[in-house]
Amino acid sequence: MLQNLFITIFELVPMLLKSAEQGLVFGVMALGVYITFKILNFADLTVDGSFPLGAAVAASLIVSGYNPFFATFVAFIAGALAGAMTGLLNTKAQISDLLSGILTMTSLYSINLRIMGKPNTPLLNQSTIYSLISDFFSKIWPSFPTEYTYIMFFIVFALLIKILLDAFLKTQIGFALRATGDNPQMIRSQGVNTDLAKVIGLILSNGFIALSGALVAQYQGFADVGMGVGTIVAGLASVIIGDSLFGSKTIFISTLGVLLGSFLYRFSIALVLSFRLAQASDLKLLTAIVVIIALTAPRFKQTFKVSAKGGKSYGNS
Amino acid sequence: MVGDVFEKNTLTKGVFLLYFFLPMLTKKKGVFLLKKHFIVTLTIIVALTLMLAGCGSSANNNSKTEAPPQETADAEKVFKIGISQFVEHPALDGARQGFIDGLKEAGFEEGKNMEIILENAQADFPTTQTIANNLVRENVDLILAIATPSAQSAANATKDIPILITAVTDPVEAGLAKSLEKPGTNVTGTTDMNPVKQQIELIKEILPGAKNIGIVYNAAEPNSVIQVNIAKESAQALGLQVHEATVANSSEVNQAMQSLAGKVDAIYTPTDNTVASAMGAIIKVANDAKIPVIGAESGHVEGGALAALGIDYYLLGKQTGLVAAKVLNGENPADIPIEGSKDLKLIINKKSAEILNLNIPESVLNRADEIIEK
Repeated sequence: MLQNLFITIFELVPMLLKSAEQGLVFGVMALGVYITFKILNFADLTVDGSFPLGAAVAASLIVSGYNPFFATFVAFIAGALAGAMTGLLNTKAQISDLLSGILTMTSLYSINLRIMGKPNTPLLNQSTIYSLISDFFSKIWPSFPTEYTYIMFFIVFALLIKILLDAFLKTQIGFALRATGDNPQMIRSQGVNTDLAKVIGLILSNGFIALSGALVAQYQGFADVGMGVGTIVAGLASVIIGDSLFGSKTIFISTLGVLLGSFLYRFSIALVLSFRLAQASDLKLLTAIVVIIALTAPRFKQTFKVSAKGGKSYGNS
Repeated sequence: MVGDVFEKNTLTKGVFLLYFFLPMLTKKKGVFLLKKHFIVTLTIIVALTLMLAGCGSSANNNSKTEAPPQETADAEKVFKIGISQFVEHPALDGARQGFIDGLKEAGFEEGKNMEIILENAQADFPTTQTIANNLVRENVDLILAIATPSAQSAANATKDIPILITAVTDPVEAGLAKSLEKPGTNVTGTTDMNPVKQQIELIKEILPGAKNIGIVYNAAEPNSVIQVNIAKESAQALGLQVHEATVANSSEVNQAMQSLAGKVDAIYTPTDNTVASAMGAIIKVANDAKIPVIGAESGHVEGGALAALGIDYYLLGKQTGLVAAKVLNGENPADIPIEGSKDLKLIINKKSAEILNLNIPESVLNRADEIIEK
C-alpha cells in the first residue's frame, strides 16, 4: 500500500519539476500578456509574432557566435520594438487594437524568416545561457547538480521579472498605465497622456514576450518560425487561471497568480499526457477539460456553501 | 504484466488528480483557507488515497499470484517504446503505422514484448517538449520522433535514450546528427529527403511541352525550403521556369493556387505538411483550371493529384522500424547511418487524367507501381 504512494511521489517529482520549468519560462511571456490584457485592457495579438521574434533574434545571434546573455538582451529590445510598432499603429494611425496587433504579428512572420534566413535554427550543440550558468557553477562548486540549473535559473529569473514589474506598476508611469486601462477618460482629464501610456505598456509587454521566446528557444534547443502559433492562447489561459484562482487583490498577488497560472496550465498538459491517452488526438480536448475543472471547482464550492449555510455571503473582497 | 503496469499508473495518477484539485474546493477568493474545512478535505483526500492505493496494491498482488514472480523475471524483456508525433496527417500517421509493423516483422510485437506510448503534440511546439520530457521520465527504451520539431525536442531532452527519427528531411541541418553516414549522437533513423530531381523530370516526361511550373509550399517549413531550392536547380537544367506561391497555413492555399492558375503548365507539390493537409483545395483549383498536379508522395495522388513519384511514408516508417530493431538488439545508434527511402513509388491517377483530358505517355504508365482507375 505504502509502496504505491511512494511510486506516486517518485513519478510526480520530475513531472512537477519539468512543468515548473516550462511554467516559469512561459510565465515571463504570460506576465507580458498580463500587462496588455489585464492592466491596459488592450487585446494585443502581437504576441504570436513577438514570441518567435525573440527566439529568432537570440538563436541567430548565438549561432553567429555572440554571447547568449547579449543575444537574449537583444531579443528583449527586438520585442520592445515590435510592441512599439503595434502601439504606434494603434495610437498614431488610429487602427483598432486588435487589428494593429494582427498587422504587426503578420509582418513579423516574414521578418522572423528574414532574421533566421531559414525556418528553423537548431541550438542543440551551441552554448546557451543555461550551459554558461551550469559551467560557471560547476567550476566554483564541483558537485553542482547541473540537472537543476534550469529550475533554479527560472525561479530566480521569473521572480526577478515579477518583482521588477510589481515595482514598475507602483511608479508614477505604472499608475498612469493602470489608470489608462481602468478609466481612460477620467485619467485623460487629469492630464495624463494615455497614448504614451499604451505605447509604454506594449513596449514592456512585448519585450517580456520576446525575452521569454529567447529563453524558450535556448531551453528547447531550437528556434522555429512556427513556434509562436497559439502563444496568445497559452498566455491568456495562464492569466485567467491565475486571476480566478488567486484573485487580483493586489499587484503582488496577481502577478504571482500569473506565474502560478502558467505553471498550472503546463502541468495540466503534462498530467493529461501522462494518462497514456487511449487516443493521442484527444490531448487538446482533455487539456481544456482539466483547465475547466480547475477553474470551476472553486465556483461550485462557493455555490454549495451559500446554499448550505442559508445564503451566507463570502463578502466582496 | 503490461496490464498490471497500466492499472497501477492509472490509480496513482487518479490519486494525484485528487491531491491536485480537491484543495481548490476549500478556497476563498484570493487565498487558500487554512481552516476547518481544509483539514476535513485533507482527511477525505488521505482516506481516498489510502483506499485507492489499497485497491492498487491488491490488484498488484492478485496478478502476482496468477503469474509467479520468478517466471516473469525470466521471461522476455518488455521493451517500452515512446512515439512522439508532431501532428496528425496521413503521411506521418502512415510512417507511424509502418514503424510499428516494421518492428513486428523484426520480432517486436505490441502487447507481447513491446509496449508503446503514443503521444501527439497536435502541432504545438511547447507540447513537443512536454512529450519528450514525459517519455524520458517514463524511462522508455527507445523514442521514435516523427517530424523535425518532435525530433529536436527529443534530442534536447535526452542524450542517452536512443532516438529514431523519421519524416525529417535534413537531420544534419536540424542539428540532430553530425553526418548522415555516422550520426555520432543518440539519433538515427530515416530521412524523407525527396527525390525532387526525379520528380521534376517526371513532369517533363508527362508534359513534354511544359514551360512553367508552379510550386506551392509553406515557407516556414524547413523541409520544404530545401526541396524548393533543389527543384529550382533541376527545373533550370531542364529549361523550366519556376513560379513559387508560399502559404502560412492551409486556409491560404486556395488563394495561392489562384495566383498560379493562369501562369503555369503544371503544379509541383513538395512533401510539405501544410500542403499535405490542404491537397483538396489545391486539386479543386487545379482541376478547374485544367492544370495537372505532380506530387511528391502517394498521399497527394490519393488526394487527387495526377501522378507522384516519391516516398511511401508507410514503407519509410517500416524501414525505420527495422533500424529500431537493430538498436533494441544492442547496436549503437551513433554508428548506424541515417538512410533515405529505399523504395520509390510511382503512382498514376487515371481519373485525374480524365478530368484534365490528358494522355499519359505509355512509357510512364508501364513503369507505374500503382494506377488509380476510379
